[in-house]
Amino acid sequence: MSIRTVVLDQVKLVAEHQQKSLQPLLDTLPLLDSGLDSLCIAIIVANLEEELGFDPFGSGNTVIIPQTLGEFIGLYENGAA
Amino acid sequence: MALPNSRRALLDVALAAGGAGRTISDPMHCVALADLTHSTNVAVPLESLHGRSVLLLTEPQLPTVLALLALDGVARRVSLGLPDLKEADLPQVIADSGADFVLRDDVLRSTLEADPAAPHARDVDTEWILFTSGTTGAPKMVSHTLLSLTGPLDDGLAVGAGPVWSTFYDIRRYGGLQILLRALLGGGSMVLSSAAESVGDFLTRAGKNGVTHISGTPSHWRRALMSQAASRMALKYVRLSGEISDQAILDNLKAAFPQSDVAHAFASTEAGVGFDVRDGLAGFPASYIGMPGAKAELKVEEGTLRIRSLRTASRYLGGSARALGDRAGFVDTGDMVERRGDRYYFLGRREGTINVGGQKVYPEEVEAVLNRHPAVRMSRVWARKSPITGAVVAADIVLSEPVAEFAQVRESLLHFCRAALSAHKVPVTLRAVTSLLVASSGKLSRRDG
Repeated sequence: MSIRTVVLDQVKLVAEHQQKSLQPLLDTLPLLDSGLDSLCIAIIVANLEEELGFDPFGSGNTVIIPQTLGEFIGLYENGAA
Repeated sequence: MALPNSRRALLDVALAAGGAGRTISDPMHCVALADLTHSTNVAVPLESLHGRSVLLLTEPQLPTVLALLALDGVARRVSLGLPDLKEADLPQVIADSGADFVLRDDVLRSTLEADPAAPHARDVDTEWILFTSGTTGAPKMVSHTLLSLTGPLDDGLAVGAGPVWSTFYDIRRYGGLQILLRALLGGGSMVLSSAAESVGDFLTRAGKNGVTHISGTPSHWRRALMSQAASRMALKYVRLSGEISDQAILDNLKAAFPQSDVAHAFASTEAGVGFDVRDGLAGFPASYIGMPGAKAELKVEEGTLRIRSLRTASRYLGGSARALGDRAGFVDTGDMVERRGDRYYFLGRREGTINVGGQKVYPEEVEAVLNRHPAVRMSRVWARKSPITGAVVAADIVLSEPVAEFAQVRESLLHFCRAALSAHKVPVTLRAVTSLLVASSGKLSRRDG
C-alpha cells in the first residue's frame, strides 16, 4: 500500500470515528476546510506514527506546517523516502 | 474504642484495650503485645532517649512499630523514616527533624529482650513526624500528635471482638499508620506487609493469620484481585484510600468478598482523614460539604476539596517549609471534585491534568471508564506528546485475561470510551501491558513513559 493510501485511509477512518463529514480529498484542499479539527489531525498523526513507524513532526527537523492535504501527505512521503 | 487523651502513651492505651492473645507480626516474626510491658526491641537504654528527638530508620516495619510503642511518651519527638529515604537526603532530614539519634536496624531488633529498667514512666507528650509521599525532591515531613492521628478513629466503625487488621500500606505512611492505630487501640492484632514479599505471599499469609480487616489503595486492590490467594481471606471489612475509588473496584471487591463491608476513605498525610464512604458508591454525598458539627469540615473552593479539623497535621518541618493551611485553617487537598446530582465525584489531581489543545483531561476520569470495561483489570492514562495539540491521551491497559488478538479488545475499548467521554478524552493510543508500576506509596506510578 502506498504512503498516500495509508494517509488517506487514516483521514477517512478518523473522520468517521469523530463523526466529521469530509470535503472531497483533493491535494489542494486546505486542511482547515477539510472538515477535520485539530483533535482529528492530532489523532491521525498519532495513528500514522504507529502504522508507519515515524512522525515527520517529531523528527527534529524544522517542519513547515502543512496547509493543504497534499502538503500533509507530502510530509509522510518525504519522511519515508 | 478507647481514645487516648494527651497524657496517655500509645502502649498504655493499647494495653488497656486488652492484652491476651494480641500480636504484631511480619513474615519472619510474631511479637506478643503484652510482652512490651517488660521487654523491648531497642538495644540502647530507653532512659537515654528520654526527652530526645529520635529518627527511626529501619528496613522492615516491625522494628519501627515496636520502637514506636516503646518511645511514645518517652521521646520528645519520634520521626517515622521511610526505607526508601536516600542517603543523600539524610543530613537534611536530620537537620529538619532536629534528630538527636538515628536508630537503624543495628539498634532496633525484630525481637524483644528483657528490659531490666521497665516499667518506664511514659509522661512526655510525644510529637510524631510523618514523611509525605512526594515524588520529587527531598521528602517533606509533617508534624502530628497521637491525638491528631487517632481523631479519625472515633468514627463509629463497628469492628467486633478480636479483629485482625492488616494493610498493604507501609505503616510508616499515613494510610498504614491509621490501620496500625486502629489495631492497637481497638483491641486487635496487626499483620504487617513487607516490601520483600510478593502480593500472593502476603495474601496467603493474611489468610493464614485470620485477617478480618484490611486496607489498601485501589491500585493495591486491583493487583490483589489478580491473585488466586485473595480468596483465602475471610474478610469482614475492606477499606480503600489514597487514590480515587471508582465504581468498578468497589463492585469487584464486593463481589470478591460478599461477607465484607467495602468502604473508601479520603485522607492525606497533611489533611488527615476527611471522611469515609460506606454506601458502596463512588464519590461522596454532597451533604458532607459544610455539614455543621462535623469533626472534619469540608468545603470546595476553586474546584478543589479543602479540609479543616483537629486531625490535620499542625505544620511542615524544615526551613523551606510553607504554611499548611489557609488563614481559616483549611488545608487544600489539591484534589479536584465535581458535583453531579446529590453527590460529589473526584476528578483527579489538580497538577496531573493532560492538556489536549487547551482542553483539560484528568487521567483518573479516563481510567475510571476504562476500568469499567470487563476486559480491563487496571489502567494508566498518560499524556502522549502531539505536534498538533500539545498532547493527546494515551492509555496502558492490564487485561483481566490474556487475549490472542488485542486489536479486537482495542476496538471494543475505544467504542466504550467514545460512548462515555468527550472526544478529546478518548485515548488515541491504547497499549496492552502485563503490569503497571505501583509506587511504594501504593499509588499508581504516573511518570510518563
